[in-house]
Amino acid sequence: MAFKIRVNGAEHDVDVDGDTPLLWVLRDNLGLNGTKFGCGIAVCGACTVHVDGVATRSCSFPVEATEGVEITTIEALSKDGPHPLQDAWVAEDVPQCGYCQTGQIMAAVALLSQTDDPSDNDIDAAMTNICRCGTYNRIRAAIKRAAAAM
Amino acid sequence: MTQIVNLSRRGFLKGSAVAGGGLVLGVSIPAFDVVGNPVAPPVGQLNGYVRIDTDGAVTITLTHAEMGQGIQTALPMIIAEELEAPWSQVKVVRASALPEAGMAPAAPGTGGSRSVRANFDVLSRAGAAARDMLRQAAANRWQVSISECTAREGVIYHNSGQSAPYGDLVRGASYLSPPADVKLKDPSQRRLLGKPTNRLDAAEKVDGRAEFGVDVNLPDMLVGTVRHSPVWGGKLSAADPAPAMTIRGVREVITTEDAIIVVADGYWPAKKGLDALAPEWASGKGAKNSSARIDKAMSAALKRKGAAVVNEGNINQAFRHVSKRVEATYEVPFLHHATMEPMNATARVEGGRVDVWAPIQSAGRARHAIAEEFGFDINKVNVHVTYLGGGFGRRIGMSFIRPAIIAAQKTGRPVKVIWSREEDMAQPMMRPAAKVRMKAGLNGPGLPVAWDARLVVPSISEQLIPGRVRDGVDQISVHGMEVLPYRLDHQRLEYAMPDAGVPLGFWRAVPHTYNGFFVESFIDEIAAATGMDPVGLRREILQPGSRHLAVLERTAAEAKWDKSPKKNHFRGIALHESFGSIVGQVVELKISDDKAIKIRKVTAVVDCGVAVNPRTIEAQIEGSIAYALTAAMYGRVDVEGGAAVQSNFDSYQMVQMADMPKVDVHILENGPIGGIGEPGVPPLAPALTNAIFAATGERVRKLPLIDSGYRFA
Repeated sequence: MAFKIRVNGAEHDVDVDGDTPLLWVLRDNLGLNGTKFGCGIAVCGACTVHVDGVATRSCSFPVEATEGVEITTIEALSKDGPHPLQDAWVAEDVPQCGYCQTGQIMAAVALLSQTDDPSDNDIDAAMTNICRCGTYNRIRAAIKRAAAAM
Repeated sequence: MTQIVNLSRRGFLKGSAVAGGGLVLGVSIPAFDVVGNPVAPPVGQLNGYVRIDTDGAVTITLTHAEMGQGIQTALPMIIAEELEAPWSQVKVVRASALPEAGMAPAAPGTGGSRSVRANFDVLSRAGAAARDMLRQAAANRWQVSISECTAREGVIYHNSGQSAPYGDLVRGASYLSPPADVKLKDPSQRRLLGKPTNRLDAAEKVDGRAEFGVDVNLPDMLVGTVRHSPVWGGKLSAADPAPAMTIRGVREVITTEDAIIVVADGYWPAKKGLDALAPEWASGKGAKNSSARIDKAMSAALKRKGAAVVNEGNINQAFRHVSKRVEATYEVPFLHHATMEPMNATARVEGGRVDVWAPIQSAGRARHAIAEEFGFDINKVNVHVTYLGGGFGRRIGMSFIRPAIIAAQKTGRPVKVIWSREEDMAQPMMRPAAKVRMKAGLNGPGLPVAWDARLVVPSISEQLIPGRVRDGVDQISVHGMEVLPYRLDHQRLEYAMPDAGVPLGFWRAVPHTYNGFFVESFIDEIAAATGMDPVGLRREILQPGSRHLAVLERTAAEAKWDKSPKKNHFRGIALHESFGSIVGQVVELKISDDKAIKIRKVTAVVDCGVAVNPRTIEAQIEGSIAYALTAAMYGRVDVEGGAAVQSNFDSYQMVQMADMPKVDVHILENGPIGGIGEPGVPPLAPALTNAIFAATGERVRKLPLIDSGYRFA
């Protein structure tokens, strides 16, 4: 089936089965590889993108549900220079293997769009993405650093 | 002996990455097998290089894989220090497994917390040699003595005030021979090593540019996914490809002896195609295997005499004269690695040449394995290493490479094969389960004088490196238990390796994960048996003047052990040596009546000998604590019907943000350089369970903690 999908401000035509998860449309059809595959069941958060500004796990979001919504991926975050959260991530030296970090950042952007100055509890509640390298404390510090800078 | 060779003007290197008009020094970076024994390259074979270009840029080859441990930053720091290169001018290129003309292959593998240790001396000397050659080139140009020329931040200065940047001097230096002897900086003169330095790979890892294995994209490439026999050791007996071929985008269904690979235009149609199939597997007797069977076999082995590993003093006689005996049995389960990036590889087979791109820890070994298994000319096999989305010991061997090569051969096109998370966990290389029975005999003052342990661990070596099993002892299973830092007059260790019938592998810190837990928990039991303070007991039985004792004292001091913790807070301590480093940890926590644990803080002290990049060291200790905490609280893989039960992150749970304690890291440098990727793992579990004992009086002798009713608050 043919779908029109709005990603990072541009419209794309894709011809895939309607149950194809947004993750695989982004990666295999649009070549946007910054969004990662981790679990396929919306538990780990490596595939987090924004759907109308809301952090969404794209591995479990079918392309047929994307009609009329605006999708934002990590690639669009730094279009005009690094986002303050990306700067904070570098300043706090967050990434280790780095595989989960784009999803973590997308979750953090969504958090800061709702809450200017998140408390530790806010961060605990919003940041449920898994990091197997265990960078959690630096992620927390980076979110606070970015919140202060924004 | 470090060999440094000037390759700048060697014709045979023209056209390779080391050509290009600059100063190029070839080096021989030692490699080690998984347990730390030196292997290839033979002495004198060059397998890495340092290049300084005419614009002053410095490039080094990265002969090991970056999987988060920070070597892509630490190794350039080492060379920049001695070379006096401006930090912003240093970069790395990854060595691929197929050596460039005239060079030996890069490291066969990355593991054992060895990368920095293997490179440290060689890169330091190469940096110093290049620096002195640049000084000599300047001295020649200015017709002065080299002793009057100093190097600083990419510039050579003469006493007179003349100066020249490195880029202007490399051509002159390229005609010189490397000095026979170089003088390394006194540690007090270091300007980069030991200074917290941010990672060079952070920027590309926060905006999606970093290329992992799953991101490899070749022209005309197809994407596949695979299912192996879910029962370990089973074979594929029949599979009708028709249902998959009706899925749009599916190109090919390939069957092998023990797997089905579906190749399609993308991952999703490949997965749909695979899920549409109803393969029949010949599971064989493996299907009868279960956790219950394995547990029974291990318990039976615990009752029998094992192979002798250590027998010092006279254990039987010693026990007849002790004042008190302490005895306990401990056990830990099988564990998954659960790297964030599922297993995958991409292969292209063209004109008798095969190229593989993979997130892999063992590129050098894989190159040989591919040539052997598929019958390729070894000189036409290359393995290109991408970033690894976590390694932890899982990314070795052929299991995730083989399907990609088979699919590329069969379709005649490049194929990337990505495993589902379920496949990743169905085909693990698990940390072995382990059981131990320990007995200690204490003297009048309560100090242990006799230590008798019987360790039962299914053997990793038997499956992966059979040469490491000698006289019934898998050397890899007993590390961390056979040599104890404590003064014991009489020590015995026996070992048995029951066949578990499950695939085993190297899991971050390998045997130290369970032996550290066993030994440090039991030491705590010995202290409790006579009411001694756990720090006080260790102070009595560690060697006076030892690095271990210094780590203990510093850990106790940083955790303010001599002061009472906050009301309702309790502490546990543990220390363990592994991979050349010693780590002490204190866990401070509180526990509710219904066993909800809140860890207030983990204080960690690491003596890693030389601190190359303290920022990375802190990160590795933090990460090791998270990794170990996941295992201690949740980690357990069950076996039913000859297959793994836990299949994804819903059933194999991970520590998350809300559970992560504050971590406070302190670094000591009291010996030769040690590893850092793994040594932070072993002390966490015993420090945690020792704190639980302090809080509740319950001694947890079996992990994970959820099985004893504990949870995170």
